[in-house]
Amino acid sequence: MTEVTEGLGWWGLPVAVIAGAIRASTPFLLVSLGECVTEKSGRINLGLEGVLIMGAMAGYGASLYTGSAWLGVLAAGLVGAVMGLLHGILCSLRRVNDIAIGISFMLLGTGLAFFLGKPLIQPQAPTLQSIPLGFWSDSAQIQSALQVNPLFLIGIVLAILLHYAFLRTRWGLQIRIVGDSEDAARAMGFRVIPTRILATVFGGFLAGVGGSFLSLYYPGSWSEGLSSGQGIMAVALVIFARWEPLRCLWASMLFGAAGALGPAFQAMGMTSGFYLLNALPYVLTLGILVVTTSPSRKISGAPGELSLVR
Amino acid sequence: MHPTIKRMLASVMDPVLIPVGALLVGMLLFAVFILLVGKSPLDVFWTMYQGGFGSSFSLQNTLVLAAPLILTGLAVAIPAQAGMVIIGGEGALAVGALMAGIVGYALRDSPALVAQFGMLGVGALTGAFWFALSGWLRNYRGVNETISSLLLSYIGIALLNYCIQGPLRDPASTNNPATRPIGDAHMIGNIPGLEVHYGLVIGIVCALIVWAVMRFTTVGLALRAVGGNPRAAQMAGLNVNFWVIGAAAVGGAAAGLSGAIEVAAVHGDANSAIVAGYGFTGILVAFIARQNPFAVIFVAIMFGGIDAAGGMLQRRLDMPDATVVVFQGILFVVILASDTLLGRFRFLKPVTTAKPVIAKSTVEEPTS
Repeated sequence: MTEVTEGLGWWGLPVAVIAGAIRASTPFLLVSLGECVTEKSGRINLGLEGVLIMGAMAGYGASLYTGSAWLGVLAAGLVGAVMGLLHGILCSLRRVNDIAIGISFMLLGTGLAFFLGKPLIQPQAPTLQSIPLGFWSDSAQIQSALQVNPLFLIGIVLAILLHYAFLRTRWGLQIRIVGDSEDAARAMGFRVIPTRILATVFGGFLAGVGGSFLSLYYPGSWSEGLSSGQGIMAVALVIFARWEPLRCLWASMLFGAAGALGPAFQAMGMTSGFYLLNALPYVLTLGILVVTTSPSRKISGAPGELSLVR
Repeated sequence: MHPTIKRMLASVMDPVLIPVGALLVGMLLFAVFILLVGKSPLDVFWTMYQGGFGSSFSLQNTLVLAAPLILTGLAVAIPAQAGMVIIGGEGALAVGALMAGIVGYALRDSPALVAQFGMLGVGALTGAFWFALSGWLRNYRGVNETISSLLLSYIGIALLNYCIQGPLRDPASTNNPATRPIGDAHMIGNIPGLEVHYGLVIGIVCALIVWAVMRFTTVGLALRAVGGNPRAAQMAGLNVNFWVIGAAAVGGAAAGLSGAIEVAAVHGDANSAIVAGYGFTGILVAFIARQNPFAVIFVAIMFGGIDAAGGMLQRRLDMPDATVVVFQGILFVVILASDTLLGRFRFLKPVTTAKPVIAKSTVEEPTS
């Protein structure tokens, strides 16, 4: 951060925050888009933190052994999809509590990733290259601030695609109806449980990819302290964004900016405020919940079958 | 099958055979995992048994780790009696620990007992407040208590981190930021003859009290009524808001108490190492105990034992400390998934004639 801000004077802070926000928001964006689809189908996956960490480990390992960071991203997504599949199937069983299963997966994913990732702490795997969007500027600072990572751009495209998919496509409609009313979905001939399982697989895939961002782009190595709770924060983010993919994009930028302000403040000598900023996304989400719900009406935009908001 | 055998099988199937079967399946899966990574499952299980329960030293270690799990398990099990799924134990533990650290330092010159009761009391009250917020938001604002407690949990953890890094930081704590120490003389000691602090006794006593209250008093009846059908409970004259928020608060008190005990008996100050996942493991402990306060004690000791075995696996077999987390994760997933088998063994159900159930027409609400 400091090398970016030096020499820009007063502009240092906003430039650093924007660069940091883009970088910090990418895992939020990917995980929340996946969870958005899962929750739209009426399921919640609280285990995404475990999926994210597994994705980070698997992505790094695959990149190390194949020599290709993009194969790493793919491997991370596949591992995430498998975990999503397991979660989706288990939660489809009668009487099985999706919240408890989610928290178990959080534990299991973390444990497995730490166990299997032990040999990955030392070696350096190939990481993702950024795309220089700052080529137009003469300022080296602007250039380095606009080194945008490809996964962020993929996330933006995905957010727009999902937005239209929910509005205009048969698949989008099917997920929305399954999530809003099982009875209506059955009446229309949609298969509720397979739809939910697929939506959870999709969510797991994106959470895995989000994890690979951490190990393959920023910070760009594998360690046990890699995740600072982005997986669980993304679950809150989906609620904050009220189940809209485009709002997930803005909310990710906002949450990312909150995270990026911390190091910027730290560079300016304010050390402890950082921790309060960490809580900001949770405070904002709680605020949104309190403002938009009432005992007679659930939060606007919420899928009707979602246990968490009923 | 003989009807008597059938009845006996039926009576132990749901509460005993299914969980034990799931436990065995979980161990089998873990054994496969161990084989895949090239170790001997027998060695691993034997070492884990030794590390958790094999000697008096390891058993005491287990009990120290089980103590907070009993209380964080209760933090989930108590609100569950009133139909709530509150998963914010980690945050209530954090704020409980923070307030206990503050009070412990403030009372450093008063008698030890005053300081200890002060720390535990304030820790419990803070936790109670933290959970009561979720109960209040649920009843008065319609906000789902699960999600609000999860959010409040992270807010609580951030608050602890902020305070120990910033305004309340002990300038002497350089590497591991913490509040000012409560002083060795005021630490809660060990049970005579054991290397286990009194927190274990507090946890077990709390669990037994909650179990007895739920089973033998009208409080238990009222909570079950509110949890089962809030509208019917309202009709029966119960103050649903009181019971919902009250149950949440008592659960939060358990979590806050566990944080205060960690400060007063283990750490001697409030620091970030106190947020070690006890709150999250407590959720799973409660679910595996099927929200039964009595069963929480044993499930907590079992998982405390697995936790305690981590060090020995590392030393003896050179395995990562995350091994025990993998084992716990597998066990949790399998045991929770086995809930789907509950009541599925219809063929075992004895044929009985329906007895008329005579219900009390009104439930007297104890004056509060």
